[in-house]
Amino acid sequence: MAPAESSPVEIDEAEQIEKARGGDARAFGDLIGKYERKIFRLAQHITQNREDAEDVLQETFLKAYEHLNQFQGNSKFYTWIVRIAVNQALMKLRKRKSDKSVSMDEGIDTGEDVVVREIAAWDEDPEQRYSREELNEILTAAVDSLAPPYRTVFVLRDVEDLSTEETAEALELSIPAVKSRLLRARLQLREKLTKFFKRKGDDAFAYM
Amino acid sequence: MLTCKEFLSELSAYLDEETDLDLKAKIDKHAAECPNCWVVCDTTKKTIKVYKGMDACEIPPSIHERLMSALEKKIAAEKS
Repeated sequence: MAPAESSPVEIDEAEQIEKARGGDARAFGDLIGKYERKIFRLAQHITQNREDAEDVLQETFLKAYEHLNQFQGNSKFYTWIVRIAVNQALMKLRKRKSDKSVSMDEGIDTGEDVVVREIAAWDEDPEQRYSREELNEILTAAVDSLAPPYRTVFVLRDVEDLSTEETAEALELSIPAVKSRLLRARLQLREKLTKFFKRKGDDAFAYM
Repeated sequence: MLTCKEFLSELSAYLDEETDLDLKAKIDKHAAECPNCWVVCDTTKKTIKVYKGMDACEIPPSIHERLMSALEKKIAAEKS
């Protein structure tokens, strides 16, 4: 049973899951409709390959359907399918790059220093300078240029909006590891985006 | 007084509002006094904001259809 503090949306979802468990394909179809875009985006970010992302999308929902009885309801359904999707996507990534043996630690900067090079103020709402499509392209290219360990943590935390704990669980990382990768990912993205978002006509320090 | 390096290492936690009040005060003070760190803090905050506001695009109908037909097949296989 759903806890008392659940929002109506969560109660609806709990009902849908119950129905899907009972073999109601339409109820499961509704759950797919709700989350397929996010799962596909997540899969694209991790695998960086459209075909693989499509496979991950299918595998995720088929596995979720198959193992629906194992969904306990003590985590959110969304977090549960994200965990499945992340596992599938990492497997694809490893397979595709097996010659290079990609690991979740590849590209990890073990140095203590966090480097900041670009210091220039941005506009108040810098994203408004671009169309939705342009903005999407800029943001996606920037994330995709991060090394896998940073990219996966950033996407789960700041794009898919999972908590630190949920991200740690999905990636089987410690909480400090999630936090330190997130900091580095955010700072790297800040650097990459500065060239698109810095205040026009301003050079560094011009705000002072 | 925090150094710039200490400021940076706490920045992410600060933006997620996970720092305790004492540390938060130290970070606020540093940002107010160090223009470079203020910019890094402000632009990192905006970085997070633009990504959080990013919509997941509609997936191509063909991909949705293939997903649904794969599911139907699975259900049919289970029933048979």
